Amino acid sequence: MTTTTHKPAAPDSRAPSRASRVLADRRLPVLVTAALFLLMYAIGLSRYQNYGFAETQVFLNLFIDNSYLLVAAVGATFVILSGGIDLSVGSVIGFTTMFTAWLVEKQGLPLVLVIPMALAVGAFGGYLMGYVIQNFEIQPFIVTLAGLFLFRGLCLVISKESISITDSSVSSMAQAQVSVGGGFLSIGAIVSLVVLAAAFYVLHYTRFGRRVYAVGGNEQSALLMGLPQGGTKIAVYTMSGFCSALAGLLFTLYIQSGDPLHATGLELDAIAAVVIGGTLLTGGSGYVVGTLFGVLVLGLIKSLIQFEGTLSSWWTKIATGVLLCAFILIQRTMTTRRKT
Amino acid sequence: MTTTPRWRTLTRHHLFWPVAVLVVLLLVNVPFTPDFFSIKMTDGHLYGSLVSIVLFGSPLILVAVGMTLVIATGGIDLSVGAVVAITGALTCSYISDQADQDALSGVLLAMGIGLAAAVVCGLWNGFLVARMGIQPIIATLIIMVAGRGVAQLITDGQIITVNSEPYKLIGGGYWLTLPFSIFVVAAVVAVTVALTRRTALGLLVESVGGNAEASRLVGIRSRRIKIMVYVFCALCAGIAGLMISSNTSAADGNNAGLWIELDAILAVVIGGTSLLGGRFSIGGTVVGALVIQTLTTTIYTIGVPTQTNLVFKAAVVIIVCLMQSPKFRAKVFGGGRFGGRFGGKRGAGQAAARADATTTTPETVRTMEVS
Repeated sequence: MTTTTHKPAAPDSRAPSRASRVLADRRLPVLVTAALFLLMYAIGLSRYQNYGFAETQVFLNLFIDNSYLLVAAVGATFVILSGGIDLSVGSVIGFTTMFTAWLVEKQGLPLVLVIPMALAVGAFGGYLMGYVIQNFEIQPFIVTLAGLFLFRGLCLVISKESISITDSSVSSMAQAQVSVGGGFLSIGAIVSLVVLAAAFYVLHYTRFGRRVYAVGGNEQSALLMGLPQGGTKIAVYTMSGFCSALAGLLFTLYIQSGDPLHATGLELDAIAAVVIGGTLLTGGSGYVVGTLFGVLVLGLIKSLIQFEGTLSSWWTKIATGVLLCAFILIQRTMTTRRKT
Repeated sequence: MTTTPRWRTLTRHHLFWPVAVLVVLLLVNVPFTPDFFSIKMTDGHLYGSLVSIVLFGSPLILVAVGMTLVIATGGIDLSVGAVVAITGALTCSYISDQADQDALSGVLLAMGIGLAAAVVCGLWNGFLVARMGIQPIIATLIIMVAGRGVAQLITDGQIITVNSEPYKLIGGGYWLTLPFSIFVVAAVVAVTVALTRRTALGLLVESVGGNAEASRLVGIRSRRIKIMVYVFCALCAGIAGLMISSNTSAADGNNAGLWIELDAILAVVIGGTSLLGGRFSIGGTVVGALVIQTLTTTIYTIGVPTQTNLVFKAAVVIIVCLMQSPKFRAKVFGGGRFGGRFGGKRGAGQAAARADATTTTPETVRTMEVS
């Protein structure tokens, strides 16, 4: 479940006490989130057992209903690990749904052609943002904010109204089910898990992954060590753009329409998932597996609120905010301890 | 580029570019709306495009002024949109519970409650940033995410409408022939400028933004200053929340002040305040907010489909940011002539230009800066 590969952390020469060693463990936040997920799931089991909460499908639905969020959050994990931030995620997703729906429905292009085009557009958008951030030293926050405006605007340029997709290849793909022990997963969920596995491999077993951690940990040191820090940063934003476009395609499958207002504010959910998953927002520390648990926790909040029945949808926002706050404070106490 | 001394002094003034953009935007309107600059008197109220730009831009100016001080301390406040929603929701729900919605005391009390909630949000943000030492963008993300939920909780997910004459005044009323909100904005801006430029407060804020730790060591209570600016920013957002809900006579927890934080940050950036903190310009921010509002109005009057609004906004963000980037100016205009004005590293322009002369990889540029 958790990783076996450590970031090459400097071993402490002094022998710290056991408690502080546990607290300083970089894997602790991920474990806390995983434990929280299990706790919440157990509460759900005990409260709503008679309403079918225990069914495998309820658990698998967490993956189906949040597949796009997971893919977007994986992209955001890369950006945040490198010490940056990407606010354009939600807009790129919205744009991809629009772009796909427009090409498939209005232009009659086959889906097989549209998918690579959408992915290329997303990745190119990410590349452009990364290029500007790197070469003109403008803060990521502002550049990706411009990206947010641009892509949301482009959505509206394509069409003000939503375009529903009636194409048979899309609906057959959307309805395809892959049976997994006692239940089924959608294609989107499978794709998101593949993306997660790929990200895990890239971050922990490739040179590029180590560069991402190095740039996020200390940009100056990374630069002085001779790492291609500029290229890494641009690649990270390109990857985030690609993931957002892919998330947009999954979202299109999930909702089978393109709408200029789809996925508004989803970047915040993605960032929240990454933070709850224990990745430090200052960069350099965290695991993509944590992001998975972050997404699952957010998804579980939604299904718990659905099962509760009497709670309204805005409790999701409040619960997300409270969790976010708790995890930020946990991170904070941990990082201060590590420094002293 | 002309380089006569007077021209250079002018272009180097921190308000030059924002004002130039504003003037150009205003002039663009003239061919489409010949009487764009005319102001008519109808029913004892002044009407005209310029008046409506200021009227509709008022909430944005307020939020942006608060944001300027936060950014000057090196922070950022993403929660202002949620604070706008919370304030509007609380105030409107209190007023709508009154038997007589026109009672002045009830309206004032409701506004007091709303603003108090805004101050609490500001204290919370300030506490997280200054006491707990959490990155501002993250600390304020909490209220940004949860705040709208709270606002919807207050209004029970409904859009609460009020029918109160005194409350209507703040956002939609007129006073001395002008929209009342203009007076509110003018008062807030005047007080802010007086406090920051006529007292040492502004200097302290800039000092905290420049280097919080150094400021603390020379005896500035940097934590207290930080908490103060977040409270001030939330208070400004609260007033904007009153204005927005008063203008529409309704509180909408979901949509009130949506994306206003981004517009406010944009206004601050257009106004020439560096996001790195350490210096600020209230005047620039006001001009920046007006630029954004004028842009929106221009798009409407020119007859460009309104949905392209966001694309234009994106273009403006990019252009303004590129113009402010010392590296970009060095690459495009050559030399270091315009370098180092917007808080970039000193000599970054020259370094980049020198690097350009030899090799142009970004790595070389960065290495030269580091060395």
